[in-house]
Amino acid sequence: MPNRELIIEAGRTERLYWKDLWNYRELFYFLAWRDILVRYKQTVIGILWALLRPLLIMLVFTIVFGKLAKLPSEGVPYPILVFGAMLPWQFFANAFSESSNSLIGNANLISKVYFPRLVIPTSSVIVSFVDFLISGIILISLMLWYNFWPSWRLIALPALIVVAFAAAMGAGLWIAALNVKYRDFRYIVPFVVQFGLYISPVGFSSSVVPEQYRLLYSINPMVGVIDGFRWAILGTDVPFYLPGFLLSIGLVALLLMGGLWFFRKTERTFADII
Amino acid sequence: MSNTIIQVENLGKKYLIKHQQQGNYTALRDVITDKVKSFGKKIISPWKHKQSSTYSTTEEFWALKDISFKVKQGEVIGIIGRNGAGKSTLLKILSRITEPTTGSIRIKGRVASLLEVGTGFHPELTGRENIFLNGAILGMSKKEIKNNFDEIVAFAEIEKFLDTPVKRYSSGMYVRLAFAVAAHLEPEILLVDEVLAVGDAAFQKKCLGKMRNVAKEGRTVLFVSHNMAIIKNLCQSGIYIQLGKIAYHGSAKQAVDYYIKENLVKEYSNRIGYSIDKKALMKCRTKGLEINNVEILNLSNPGLPVASSDNIKIKIYYSASLMFISPAFILMLKDQNGVEIFRLSNMPISGYIINNLFKDGCVDLEIKSLPLVKGIYYIDLGFVRESVEWYFRAEDLIKLDVKGKDIYHSGLELDRSRGMIWIEHSWEHGKI
Repeated sequence: MPNRELIIEAGRTERLYWKDLWNYRELFYFLAWRDILVRYKQTVIGILWALLRPLLIMLVFTIVFGKLAKLPSEGVPYPILVFGAMLPWQFFANAFSESSNSLIGNANLISKVYFPRLVIPTSSVIVSFVDFLISGIILISLMLWYNFWPSWRLIALPALIVVAFAAAMGAGLWIAALNVKYRDFRYIVPFVVQFGLYISPVGFSSSVVPEQYRLLYSINPMVGVIDGFRWAILGTDVPFYLPGFLLSIGLVALLLMGGLWFFRKTERTFADII
Repeated sequence: MSNTIIQVENLGKKYLIKHQQQGNYTALRDVITDKVKSFGKKIISPWKHKQSSTYSTTEEFWALKDISFKVKQGEVIGIIGRNGAGKSTLLKILSRITEPTTGSIRIKGRVASLLEVGTGFHPELTGRENIFLNGAILGMSKKEIKNNFDEIVAFAEIEKFLDTPVKRYSSGMYVRLAFAVAAHLEPEILLVDEVLAVGDAAFQKKCLGKMRNVAKEGRTVLFVSHNMAIIKNLCQSGIYIQLGKIAYHGSAKQAVDYYIKENLVKEYSNRIGYSIDKKALMKCRTKGLEINNVEILNLSNPGLPVASSDNIKIKIYYSASLMFISPAFILMLKDQNGVEIFRLSNMPISGYIINNLFKDGCVDLEIKSLPLVKGIYYIDLGFVRESVEWYFRAEDLIKLDVKGKDIYHSGLELDRSRGMIWIEHSWEHGKI
């Protein structure tokens, strides 16, 4: 018998937390798998919805910003410009809204079973990541359609995905934990997501922002992520705005660490107040 | 000592009960307004700080207090107690769902808890999918689930419906599947909360057999149940929890006997004509004075529900830890519409002076020929000290169901259609 002794004491943070998290690693997968399965049950076109939604938004943005507003397209087809940004933004927005509601949506689990609570918001980010990968198919199709070949910069993409993941996790953890106690955040999230779509350079290139405001603009962490994605996918000659990117990365790191700290601090009381 | 597997010391769990607040979550708005209010007060009167009046709506409640016990490896231990005694809270703390407020627990080995059947089942998913999902939530690895899959399906007897969403299952099938998954957990310590009460008799028997096997394999089981027969049958030792404290810890048989002696008599009297609102009873448990129980005895027909014109006795059991000056117990009897019909109090109405309360005491109130007609009545219990201040007042503490009675053998049972109360009377008729 493995004589691992577990000590439960008032006010003591679990020392074996990260080990526990590892023991429950399969639960990440199972919860994500459940959410994906459930989402498309009793739908006719099923997983196609994951393709259809971003495709339609991209079309609207191309028409509104590219054709009507005639914003500069950096020398690439406007749909690709939009979609390169749509990918990380949709990922962030979905992950953010899903994870913010995840704890409340799984209230019965929280009050009846023990497992590291971190699993719940994380697996909803994973669900959004699967959507992200599916949307990636659209981008590849678009690139083939326009006969557009990416440059060597594409190898930076995995690192950028990690940053996007961290941003989504960080914001998600904060809101998820706050939502347990203050349901006000339930109403804030959709607003932030809608608002963010317009203040992030999704429908347009961030080069339209005047030079002196670029750094200020980069306080929105998604600006750095989206610019990075465009830089890696489009391979345009537009100079990469490094200070802004670094600021965004730094803020993302801060957001994630703060989110983890806050979540760990409050999760012990989840079962009592949810 | 050597094979102690669970050691609990001075465990306590405190909840803050908020009165008057609706939802069970806080709105940010309230927090902000509270902060602003207290800030404003500070500005207006900066020297008067820390006024507790702002939080008068919160009240501390110890769901568990000073719980200490040890469990040896391979022991099957039954936990009994009335609803709200703290049994489930204890299991929740042991399974790490919630944190204790005081004390510590040392556990050696993997713990699995089964506090509810089918936690995490998703109605849209099929039986097969739910087996994997539920297994993972309960802490099984995918490999373990795969190895046990056929056994689980056979145990639950749902082979035909494996690929049907569980929302189309009958409730029996649902419960069987849920228990089957949980029964195939293989932890060193298993915590089980009242889950056997579901399913038909044959399935219950099967579940009990499974539980017995688990115990035989040398695993430790903590088992909460209201079924005394099962506890006696399955467990070696028992813990009886009463209002958050351990009232008895010993052999299962003795714990059950103790419990039955303490409660079933009362529970039986619960069934004969009245019931006690537990939430209201909690209100009678304040600092220094705790009402433990209120009993209504039918003196005219012992063991039968109270009926019109019966002589009854109301017994109020209490524990006091503070001194009270001129304590007064007050009972108000109301009808279903909340109209007060009569009020009884030792002071000032009856002038019966209670000099001092005992550490554990009982107040008896006898009513001769109850003047109530057939119907449902509610009794408030209040306590006043120093003749002025309400110490507590529990509304609708007792729901009293007065049966009709053909008092004068006239073939008529009095009810509200013939007046509010009945008074003892007699008729005579003669020629002058």
